[in-house]
Amino acid sequence: MKNKILPFSVIIIFGIIFFIFYKGLEDSKIYTPDVSKKKEIPVFNSKEFFSGENVKSLSIFELDKFYLLNIWSSWCVPCRQEHPFLMNLNLDNEVNIIGMNYKDNLKNAENFLKELGNPYKEIFIDFDGTIAIEWGAYGVPESFLIYNNEIIKKYIGPLNQELVNEINLLIK
Amino acid sequence: MKILSFFLVVILFYTSSALKANELDKRNNITKNLRCLVCQGQSIYDSDSEFANSLKILVDRKIDEGLTDAEIYEYFKNKYGEWILYDPKLNKNTYILWFMPLLIFLLGGAIIFKKLKKKHN
Repeated sequence: MKNKILPFSVIIIFGIIFFIFYKGLEDSKIYTPDVSKKKEIPVFNSKEFFSGENVKSLSIFELDKFYLLNIWSSWCVPCRQEHPFLMNLNLDNEVNIIGMNYKDNLKNAENFLKELGNPYKEIFIDFDGTIAIEWGAYGVPESFLIYNNEIIKKYIGPLNQELVNEINLLIK
Repeated sequence: MKILSFFLVVILFYTSSALKANELDKRNNITKNLRCLVCQGQSIYDSDSEFANSLKILVDRKIDEGLTDAEIYEYFKNKYGEWILYDPKLNKNTYILWFMPLLIFLLGGAIIFKKLKKKHN
């Protein structure tokens, strides 16, 4: 009887280990941010895109209004794809689109807006990418829907018609 | 005697380098413990991506502000969640990770103990 306990427990342990690793296979190893949780927007100081004047985040986002913060850059190809959708969204005028110019060359960024249009109510600059991190972003493009200083929805990657429809539903 | 002096030198070396530990070491330690979220299998320290470079700047800034390691980790955890830390804390999602080695160690120990006892008998 005593001799049987050892192989039995070894099998059990291996079974448990197998189960844990098998479970682990199902989990995604790619970072998937938690988009469901509402978070307060961070407080930061930056510079205005066109004038170069200092701006405070508190002066950009007012209460009881919908804002879409869009992180963009002239060197980012998907930003080019999503730009027409931002232009369309701007036509409806129900949401204020705020731009965050991410690690960009200002001249290139200006040309980008000249070429494709400027949907942004206000643009501020993130020279070194640290403001984007304050927002919990990890790349471009990324968009945050904001209401009452809270992030109510986060869109990672370029916007498309489906997401624009969703935004339109949310802000109604 | 030779071995003793060798160990003495090793210990001296380590303590002196620990004394020299400056902000750069602190920064390296922290960035090695943060996961680069846009590059798979790399720490912020190893990576040269846009995201990692910005994060390094922010870590420097936080160290300048006088935050402790724990506070800096907490800051990034708040922004990106537990996943950004390479050294996960004990909670309901990670307890298996923490107790499994201990369990295996105890089991292995028990097996060895049993074998040794058998030999004695």
